[in-house]
Amino acid sequence: MHATIHEMTPAPTSPDVALDVQRIRADFPILRQQVHGKPLAYLDNAATSQKPQPVLDALLRFYTEDCSNIHRGVHQLSERATAAYERSRGKVRRFLNAAEGREIIFVRGTTEGVNLVAYAFGRQRVTAGDEILITAMEHHSNIVPWQILCEEKGARLLVAPINDAGELRLEEFEKLLRPRVKLVSVTHVSNALGTVNPVEEIIRMSHARGIPVLLDGAQAAPHMKVDVRELDCDFYAFSGHKVFGPTGIGALYGKAALLDAMPPFQGGGDMIRSVTFEKTTYNSLPYKFEGGTPHIAGAIGLGAAIDYVMGIGMDRIAAYERSLLEYGTQALENISGVRLIGTAKEKAGVLSFVLEGVHPHDVGTVLDQEGIAVRTGHHCAQPVMERFGIPATTRASLAFYNTHEEVDTLAAGIQKVKELFG
Amino acid sequence: MADLRDLYQEVVIDHSKRPHNFHKLEDANRSAQGYNPLCGDKVTVYVKLENGRLRDVSFEGSGCAISTASASIMTEAVKGKTAEEARNLFESFHDLVTRGNAPDDRATPLGKLAVFSNVSEYPVRVKCATLAWHTLRSALESSESVVSTE
Ligand SMILES: Cc1ncc(COP(=O)(O)O)c(C=O)c1O
Repeated sequence: MHATIHEMTPAPTSPDVALDVQRIRADFPILRQQVHGKPLAYLDNAATSQKPQPVLDALLRFYTEDCSNIHRGVHQLSERATAAYERSRGKVRRFLNAAEGREIIFVRGTTEGVNLVAYAFGRQRVTAGDEILITAMEHHSNIVPWQILCEEKGARLLVAPINDAGELRLEEFEKLLRPRVKLVSVTHVSNALGTVNPVEEIIRMSHARGIPVLLDGAQAAPHMKVDVRELDCDFYAFSGHKVFGPTGIGALYGKAALLDAMPPFQGGGDMIRSVTFEKTTYNSLPYKFEGGTPHIAGAIGLGAAIDYVMGIGMDRIAAYERSLLEYGTQALENISGVRLIGTAKEKAGVLSFVLEGVHPHDVGTVLDQEGIAVRTGHHCAQPVMERFGIPATTRASLAFYNTHEEVDTLAAGIQKVKELFG
Repeated sequence: MADLRDLYQEVVIDHSKRPHNFHKLEDANRSAQGYNPLCGDKVTVYVKLENGRLRDVSFEGSGCAISTASASIMTEAVKGKTAEEARNLFESFHDLVTRGNAPDDRATPLGKLAVFSNVSEYPVRVKCATLAWHTLRSALESSESVVSTE
């Protein structure tokens, strides 16, 4: 079965050369291990992804050679740390193709990015009777901050529906772009379903009515080229740990004009220009939004991760993962009793499924014994589970270091589950 | 390495597929709901308590094989016991699934519940095995609130 499907999979055509997955795997020390006596097949990349050696080296180098606080000392170490931190901001800017470095705010991750917008933009712009529009496939981190804001302001949260394939119903979405909508906040790629949203259309429709758009890029940034200027989105948030960087760091992009007009998020050191007990003036962008000592090592590690993926090329990564996803989709569809949840035409990196008669939690335990790491549960997207009438799914999520053989291992693991529960 | 057949023994698989006492108890005078947010398992346990004895016990809900089988076998194990006996049985069971201990002489004998002894080798599954028991205890304490394993 392996060979036939393999042959049917077209080699990635564009861009230029196919990616050498074995060479890439050598850069990820964690992938060499065995789990329960089996080679690790790490298929939980949507939860967090693994780190290549250059990222590990960057972290170690910072702590062994340059460790100091930034923007504060005149001494050599502080100068080096500050320069490395700001170089990373430049890398994030290039990664997203933002116009200026000051449009890149370092945050803890996607969650903090969304909360920053909900807090600073939301509290300023949203009043009683206003509306915020999201979709039915959002991660909890793009639901709850808006519920908190809406409750505080007496505003309403509108939810655009999805169809049975897990695709946004764009006509319904457009109908919900009502006069009181102050912000549209949607995921670029769904973590539970893998759906790639038609974000260009979403932004065009929203902007036609003067409504700004925040994109949750947590699951898009690791898999595809993101160009915030071409998209013309107003905000874009992603997490470092999902793009092969450290945990605890991420970035929020915002158009300078919008960020400039927003009040600060957290008060503290570094975000001020001058403080007296009578009056405090705030620092300029991006520092206005970076109160307190940031995750300096994390930002530097994120810069190294971005160098790494851009070195491979996001288009090559996307092309390789597309072939892997097609291969995995076929392999799973060939197993009787497997139902894929999320069958959008435009998909990235996610194989979410249920197996007839077996609870995902049991599937996960059996797969773990085979060395296969997957996630089971609701994936922080309970409304998605409800939409499909299931309590949970098993989710295999891919990265460019995964192989076709690992997908075969997954398929064989599912057969094992069926035998055990047959 | 643990063998999955030790975790998923035939009895466990049978009970998960055809759970016993799996219905609402119309004349229950105690009930509670349990929820395991980690895997989305939900269970409602019904008890008909008469003169301090569990005259009848049943459950409803959806969950993984471990939690469903555990609930099913629990309902059989505690039926007819006093509330006190049921609580002691939970203690022995809890020991079993967290430490893998065969209960010593003083502890309540576990009988069929012993099929869960290998759960202790799968720490993330302990919550599945104990969800129904936590819920039963809460039903006996007659709190109508939702118990959570978190
Ligand atoms: C679509 C989506 N949005 C937001 C998040 C939250 O990311 P983080 O936990 O890194 O803040 C995730 C992470 O699972 C996600 O998949």
